[in-house]
Amino acid sequence: MASIPAGTIYRGGQGMWTWVLHRITGVSVFFFLLVHVLDTALVRVSPADYDTVIASYKTPIVNLLEVGLVGAVLYHALNGLRVILIDFWAKGPRYQRQMTWAIGIVWAVLMIPGTFFMLKHTIEAIFGSAS
Amino acid sequence: MSTTSQQGPVSVPAPRSRTKQRSNFELYSWLFMRISGIVLVFLVLGHLLIMNILDGGVQRINFAFVAGRWSSPFWQIWDLMMLWLAMLHGTNGMRTIINDYAERDQTRFWLKMVLYVASGFIVLLGTLVIFTFDPNIG
Repeated sequence: MASIPAGTIYRGGQGMWTWVLHRITGVSVFFFLLVHVLDTALVRVSPADYDTVIASYKTPIVNLLEVGLVGAVLYHALNGLRVILIDFWAKGPRYQRQMTWAIGIVWAVLMIPGTFFMLKHTIEAIFGSAS
Repeated sequence: MSTTSQQGPVSVPAPRSRTKQRSNFELYSWLFMRISGIVLVFLVLGHLLIMNILDGGVQRINFAFVAGRWSSPFWQIWDLMMLWLAMLHGTNGMRTIINDYAERDQTRFWLKMVLYVASGFIVLLGTLVIFTFDPNIG
C-alpha cells in the first residue's frame, strides 16, 4: 500500500502548480548544470575536443532543447522572485495570484524574442535565409 | 471492548526538535536559497542572454570565444561566482527534494551522499578549470 509522504502536499490551484513547476524546472536545470560544467571542462583537454562537443549544441534538436532550458531557467528565476516577495513583502501573500499572472506575462514577453533569436540559425539552415 | 463508537483522546507527540539539540541549519539554508537566488537571477540570466541569445547565440561559441572571455578577470569572477552559487543552490534544492520524497532512512542517506559527492566533484572541477585555463593549450 502506497503511503502518503508527509509535509509535501498542498492541493489544488495555481499555488500548487507553480510549486510543482518550480521543482521540475529546478531539478532539470541542476542536471544540465552538471553536464555543462563537464563539457566546459574540455577546454582543459584540447580546443578540438571542446569544439567537437560544442558543435553538438548547434544542431537543430539540441537547439530546441536549448529553448526549453532557457524557458525553464527563466520560469524558475521569475517564480523564485515571486516566492521571495511572498515571504518578505508584507502584501506578498495577498497578491500572490496576481504575481503568478505577472510572471507568466513577463515570461512570455521575454521568451518570444528570445526563442526567435535562439532558433534563428536553425530556421535559416532548414528553410533558407530570408534575405 | 468496542472501538467503533469510541473516540479516544487525541495525543500528539511532542515536536522532535524539543528533545534534540537545536540547530538553525534549516533557517540558514532557507535564507541562503533566497539570497543566492536573487544574485543568480542576474548572473544566470545575464549568462544566458550573452551566450544563447545575443550576437548569434550558441552558434558563435568555440574554444577561441571562451579564451577571449576568460582573458578578462571580470568574466572569470562572474563564472566562478555563478558556479559556486548555482551548485550550492541546486544541491540544497536537491537535498530538500530527497528529504521530501525518499522515505527510507537508508535511501535518503545514500541519495544525499551521491548528491554531495557529485556536487563536490563538479564544483572542484569547474573551479580548477577557471583558474588553470590555458589559452595556448594544444
